[in-house]
Amino acid sequence: MTADIAPEGIAGWPPPALDPAGPFAGPLNTLAWGLIGMSVTVLLVVLVALGLALFGSRRWRARLGGERLVWIGGLAFPVVVLSALLVYGLGLTSHLTQEPAPGEMRVRVTGEMWWWRVAYLDGAGREVLQDANEVHIPVGRPVVFELDSADVIHSLWVPRLAGKVDMIPGRRNLMRLQADAPGVYGGQCAEYCGGPHALMGLVVVAHEPREFEAWRARQSAPAAATIVSHPGTPVFARAGCGACHTVAGTAFNGLAGPDLSHVGSRRTLGAGILPNNHGTMAGWISDSQAIKPGNRMPAYPVLTGQELRDVSAWLESLK
Amino acid sequence: MRRWAPLAAALLAACADKTHPPRVIAGADPARGLAVMERVGCAACHAIPGIDWPRGLAGPSLDGFGVSPMIAGQLPNRPDVLTAWLIDAPSLSPDTGMPPMPISEAEARDVAAYLYTLDDR
Repeated sequence: MTADIAPEGIAGWPPPALDPAGPFAGPLNTLAWGLIGMSVTVLLVVLVALGLALFGSRRWRARLGGERLVWIGGLAFPVVVLSALLVYGLGLTSHLTQEPAPGEMRVRVTGEMWWWRVAYLDGAGREVLQDANEVHIPVGRPVVFELDSADVIHSLWVPRLAGKVDMIPGRRNLMRLQADAPGVYGGQCAEYCGGPHALMGLVVVAHEPREFEAWRARQSAPAAATIVSHPGTPVFARAGCGACHTVAGTAFNGLAGPDLSHVGSRRTLGAGILPNNHGTMAGWISDSQAIKPGNRMPAYPVLTGQELRDVSAWLESLK
Repeated sequence: MRRWAPLAAALLAACADKTHPPRVIAGADPARGLAVMERVGCAACHAIPGIDWPRGLAGPSLDGFGVSPMIAGQLPNRPDVLTAWLIDAPSLSPDTGMPPMPISEAEARDVAAYLYTLDDR
């Protein structure tokens, strides 16, 4: 008996890549099946020709041996078929990376080794809200993801909502997503980026429009728990967590690691890889290196059991 | 002397056998317990036979936990104590690093039943 804690939503049946949940994943699914159908047809034609060449009558073999067949079957046919497929594919996918129109929602997702920095943009492209490893969107509306990288090449892939698009340092690549139904859609880094690349996941959470606005309102203000005193806050300060992490409403304003302002409300920890609760938070803080070897957060072998529980309880209360 | 041999053998066998009674939890299901452990992520802190990843090091490995006489080196490893420990460890040991876990009493009993299957050392 073996089991894994799978990153949320990129495994299972039907394969998410063949189970589109929005209009920007649908065309890719159509294209994939079109290409599969086409290649199977071509393979069958080739196999029949091979069969005839090996076992056919003398007359058939003579027909297959002519120079004309090489020109037709070896050059004209592939050129026509592949060009048609290219035009068909470009037509199906050209709108998947369009620039945002005025009024369309924009989210900047920046790949970092090995997590995702998320910023919600206003109409002018200014960052108005910070988060990490989780993107919230309203259903039924296209959302434009503006993709960048802070270090090496990553690739964002949320198979049920869109195709893969590379995140290249210094470039702004675009990706449109839309979810037709509320839900949690798993994503994964799809370009090997070193070390714990396989443990670099994220989730996209699609809400009904009203719930989305409520989420955005909650997210825009500091978590309520930051205004009451909690034994975990001084532990967070003493351990130096604020050097890398921001908690809105406090003096902690580090930028190297994920924003923790509302970390208690996230679905996952460690970039899409662990469930989020008091226990996993304590385990992650205590020794994230045992869970995600090579990630840039050190283990904290300096905390007592009580301190570990306090600091993780405080973080879990940041909803 | 020879006629005592069977008795001696039986006694020695008893010594080699596990001396504590089997820890059976009525109505609990080890398979459900494993599913609960995966859902809440116990493996973030513990290496657990049956879970490939993660194998956290913040807490002890649970390999052989079913035949271990103590919980966290502090408490008797009895089903009722273990169930209470899984739900709210700090209430039994204020210095522990193990936080209260978001599981119900029934789920804790299933988890305990799974842990008591871990006796293959």
